[in-house]
Amino acid sequence: MIAQLTLIERQHAILISAAVALLGFLMMLAGRDDPMGAHGALIFVVSILMIFRIGGSYYAPPPSDDRLKHYYDDPSKVGIVISMMWAVVGLGVGDWVAWQLVNPDLTFGTGWSSFGRLRPVHTTSVIFGFGGNALIATSFYVLQRTSRARLPDQVSPWFVLFGYNLFCLLAVTGYLMGITQSKEYAEPEWYTDIWLVVVWVTYFILYLRTLARRKEPHIYVSNWYYMAFILVVAILHIVNNLAVPVSLGHAKSYSAFSGVQDAMTQWWYGHNAVAFFLTAGFLGMMYYFLPMRAGRPIYSYRMSIISFWGITFFYMWAGSHHLHYTALPQWVQTLGMTFSLMLLIPSWASAGNVLLTLNGAWDKVRDDATLRFMMVAGVFYGLATFEGSFMAIRSVNSLSHYTDWTVGHVHVGALGWVAMITFGSIYACVPWLWKRERMYSTKLVEAHFWLALSGTVIYIFAMWNSGIIQGLMWRTYTDSGTLAYSFVDTLVAMHPYYIARAVGGLLFLIGGCLGAYNIWKTITVPGVTSEHASDLPQPALAGALHAAAE
Amino acid sequence: MIVEHAFLVGFSKSFGLFYLVVLSVAVVLHAMRPSNKKRFDEAARSILRDEAGPWR
Repeated sequence: MIAQLTLIERQHAILISAAVALLGFLMMLAGRDDPMGAHGALIFVVSILMIFRIGGSYYAPPPSDDRLKHYYDDPSKVGIVISMMWAVVGLGVGDWVAWQLVNPDLTFGTGWSSFGRLRPVHTTSVIFGFGGNALIATSFYVLQRTSRARLPDQVSPWFVLFGYNLFCLLAVTGYLMGITQSKEYAEPEWYTDIWLVVVWVTYFILYLRTLARRKEPHIYVSNWYYMAFILVVAILHIVNNLAVPVSLGHAKSYSAFSGVQDAMTQWWYGHNAVAFFLTAGFLGMMYYFLPMRAGRPIYSYRMSIISFWGITFFYMWAGSHHLHYTALPQWVQTLGMTFSLMLLIPSWASAGNVLLTLNGAWDKVRDDATLRFMMVAGVFYGLATFEGSFMAIRSVNSLSHYTDWTVGHVHVGALGWVAMITFGSIYACVPWLWKRERMYSTKLVEAHFWLALSGTVIYIFAMWNSGIIQGLMWRTYTDSGTLAYSFVDTLVAMHPYYIARAVGGLLFLIGGCLGAYNIWKTITVPGVTSEHASDLPQPALAGALHAAAE
Repeated sequence: MIVEHAFLVGFSKSFGLFYLVVLSVAVVLHAMRPSNKKRFDEAARSILRDEAGPWR
């Protein structure tokens, strides 16, 4: 890894690490009476370790110019490995909190393991840790191949990858210490937020610099989606996190917004995080890896363009559907509801594109679990976007809001769409990256697929049942006009579904662990190295090989 | 500079009403224009073309 860097790049890497170490040291001093000091120490230690890591190979012979004839894939490889590690952690914590809802004693009585702190650890680990790293890793991969250009330098991709993971680490450790802004999916405090801005701007500039070097005149649609993901997440993140810290040595900050404006800003952010982090980025992934794995071009490129602009311009206005029946003006709620319904068009255009691309290649879907991951992801994407539009209707929302139906809906998207397309893309990408003919075990991929699918189905059916029962019990009145059920009555009714949900989550977690093991074995066991070990994957070959293996 | 509430409402009710409609029409025209078909088909196939390594 380090040996691939030129001498000047090694020096730059050390300088950047030293600067970060200095910042960490200052934070440690300034925040010595505050949990922020612990974060300063963490940043300091991590940066010093990084300096030693680079220093250990500092005198290694410089890389040959041969490297410039290949794409720069080291950051993608490391990103995929880190992504799978976050997946195991995030799914594990997720299942732990699911069991805590079954049996509250599973906190074991400590503060850090309470539901309120572990739940954001789960969401951050899976969304930002697993999803984010997979997005960064695959975006570098896709960007270089679709542009037929190598990344312009070898330091900034590492800065983006490791800087981003430092953000995730600060976020997750902060929650355990009780540091939070209390904004859903934007929990990290001001200094962590500023750090992410620096990383994210570097990411966007790196993307543009590579695109500027491209050979293809047309920018392939995946890059549009990835760029929308990077750009809009930057905008959302900056605006929603505008806040004033109590002092420079204090983790606590106060938002620049208050009251319903704060709520509206938060859900403008929150819903667009779903749109641009959890949808646009993964659509970028889908539009590359699905055609490559199936060995056929996307069914309708035109439809992909229409759906791109639809998604980017409609989603911006949908956030207010999170605030139905609140102090938010009625017309703003209606606006959000209307745009949510309109979103069905671009969403189904993409979901339809998945299925129509595979139409005529169903034999491949039958034989190849990797392609099946992507197909099922497309189906769940269609389902989640339909359900989302439906739930955004105010009168439907009056039943579904604040219930487990919302939790179910989120997991249709997160497990069924995001995780499935990610696992599919990673299984496609790993043999290509490490120049293997196939994954270490196709049987394990198959097992992972069925565990993931059954886990998802159990999870969402449990939450649909639980949520609708909960919603109905909340609105049932007696003849005398009082509420028929107490809050505890609803908990008792939901209990069996909570057990089912935790079991579904467990299946999904086991699948994720199998995936991590399989990927690790593919990397470490010197398997059959593909003779076609060129930089470009061999789409047709992948299908043919699998057929031969059957 | 103080932006009046009435100005913002007026702006969103006039400009805001039309720009998304105009944008949608423009996107559909751009995507469906027959002369663009060749370009898009070429783009869709471009990722599958075998070509080893970056050009720079």
